[in-house]
Amino acid sequence: MELYSLTISEARSLLDRREITAKELVNSITARIDTVEDRIKSFVTVTKEHAFHASEEAQKKIGKETKMLLGIPFAIKDNICTKDILTTCSSKILFNLMPLYESTVTSRLKEEGYILIGKANMDEFAMGSSTENSGFHITRNPWDIERSPGGSSGGPAAAVSADECIAALGSDTGGSIRQPSAFCGVVGLKPTYGRISRYGLIAFASSLDQIGPITKDVRDSAILMNIISGHDPLDSTSAPIQVPDFTSILGKDIKGLKIGVPKEYFIKGIDSEVEILVKDAIRQLELIGAIPIEVSLPHTDYAISAYYIIATSEASSNLARYDGMKYGLRTEGKDLIDTYMKTRAYGFGAEVKRRIMLGTYALSAGYYEAYYKKAQQVRTLIKEDFDRVFKKVDIIVTPTTPTPPFKLGEKIEDPLQMYLSDIFTISVNLAGVPAISIPCGFTKNDLPVGLQIIGKHFDEETILKVAYAYEQSTEWHKRKPNL
Amino acid sequence: MKISREEIEHIALLSRLYLSEEEKELYGSQLSRILDYMEKLNELDTKDVEPTSHVLPLCNVMRDDILRPSIPKENALANAPDHTDKFYRVPKIIE
Repeated sequence: MELYSLTISEARSLLDRREITAKELVNSITARIDTVEDRIKSFVTVTKEHAFHASEEAQKKIGKETKMLLGIPFAIKDNICTKDILTTCSSKILFNLMPLYESTVTSRLKEEGYILIGKANMDEFAMGSSTENSGFHITRNPWDIERSPGGSSGGPAAAVSADECIAALGSDTGGSIRQPSAFCGVVGLKPTYGRISRYGLIAFASSLDQIGPITKDVRDSAILMNIISGHDPLDSTSAPIQVPDFTSILGKDIKGLKIGVPKEYFIKGIDSEVEILVKDAIRQLELIGAIPIEVSLPHTDYAISAYYIIATSEASSNLARYDGMKYGLRTEGKDLIDTYMKTRAYGFGAEVKRRIMLGTYALSAGYYEAYYKKAQQVRTLIKEDFDRVFKKVDIIVTPTTPTPPFKLGEKIEDPLQMYLSDIFTISVNLAGVPAISIPCGFTKNDLPVGLQIIGKHFDEETILKVAYAYEQSTEWHKRKPNL
Repeated sequence: MKISREEIEHIALLSRLYLSEEEKELYGSQLSRILDYMEKLNELDTKDVEPTSHVLPLCNVMRDDILRPSIPKENALANAPDHTDKFYRVPKIIE
């Protein structure tokens, strides 16, 4: 077995037993990047020199300090600020941004001794579902390089899948961790809104954005949740709620656990292979003790409309700060307003411009009530759907995506078709509940399919417990793309 | 719902985005189609529904007013496209 294919827990025990060194692990990962990165292009920036140096420092501490991530290489999505290391959000408007401070999540990974191997590619400002909207280059799916890795965290998910890192952090506003994780055959968790500090996450839609782990198995997801969760005085939207030990729940049985299967998620338009594999997964959960119950989330059909009004409205406000004055790109114009307009016209890509305009329109005088307020009211109805169902069941299971990974170029000309590919993930963000995507099989063409497990507010424990139980009873997570 | 050319130009100005003629055309038709799809929300009666701005039961989070170190001036200016030794340099605002 090659070192680059290790999980966090495997690497930890080999490092601690002195069977491998941190330097060997980093060398293995960088050699892997040299071999596959030309085809996959997961990264905006590879921090090789930094990683070599960090691995030497880490090796000195191994055996002396008990730190969970000491010597372990990570990819970090390029919208998470890393001090003095280029952070671009995959946007030309931030082509040269060297953050002045470290995000809380990467500070916490640092405290545990992690090694940054690179900043991973994404749809510009996390707007997109295919990573084709990166301002720099597209990322390809390791399972089929003609296909999209999903988005917006396509870079981190592809990097984990292609073994270009041991684990990664992404962000999820409408499915941006779960959909690429499903497309790349890895494990991606979007925690409860408020579970994790967003200090240092470059904002897209502030009432929806959440950071979470992308990993090779469920145990690693729990390990990272232990490290990055919890209240942070620097983010007033992080909740002052106790963080449990997420790893201690792994391995507990799921007998008698009630799993809701929402009928609105098994409808016409869903790919037949996806439907079969997800139904097989539900049967597998039943086999190991869970009780499936059909439930209804009646407002599911309205989620995309509500989401794209709320997310674009918030984005139009958040992205007003990119004016070419304090950082990033400036394109000089004949006066101040001309400079603003040229800077933003040149610095932003097509999808970002489209969303800024949609959001500006929805918030503009005369339309606010009809669009933004209406969408927020529908959001309430969607949240109440979940509240109602969670009185009857412990978790909800659905497909993560309606189709297997789609071809690059297939949806990029039609923004509405691209938005519709998020149909199964966005309700979760509107309701603020946590959800994980785990591999649940492969299509005849050997493309991965994801199972989404949704939990109650602040109950990541139950979804991790179920995900782990399912994973332990299957072999899907052990399959690797042929690169 | 068809968004007129005047509306697109107005939104682009509010958004501080310079658009080419082709972009005005393209975004006009794309936004019209997206907004048509969003009309779906009007199928729902939301007369007595409270809007949700975010899902956390948090409001007015306060902290003590304690002095903390600031970012040094030279660091704060380091990312700026144009600056003097003390200030950001911006295009002329007042004629």
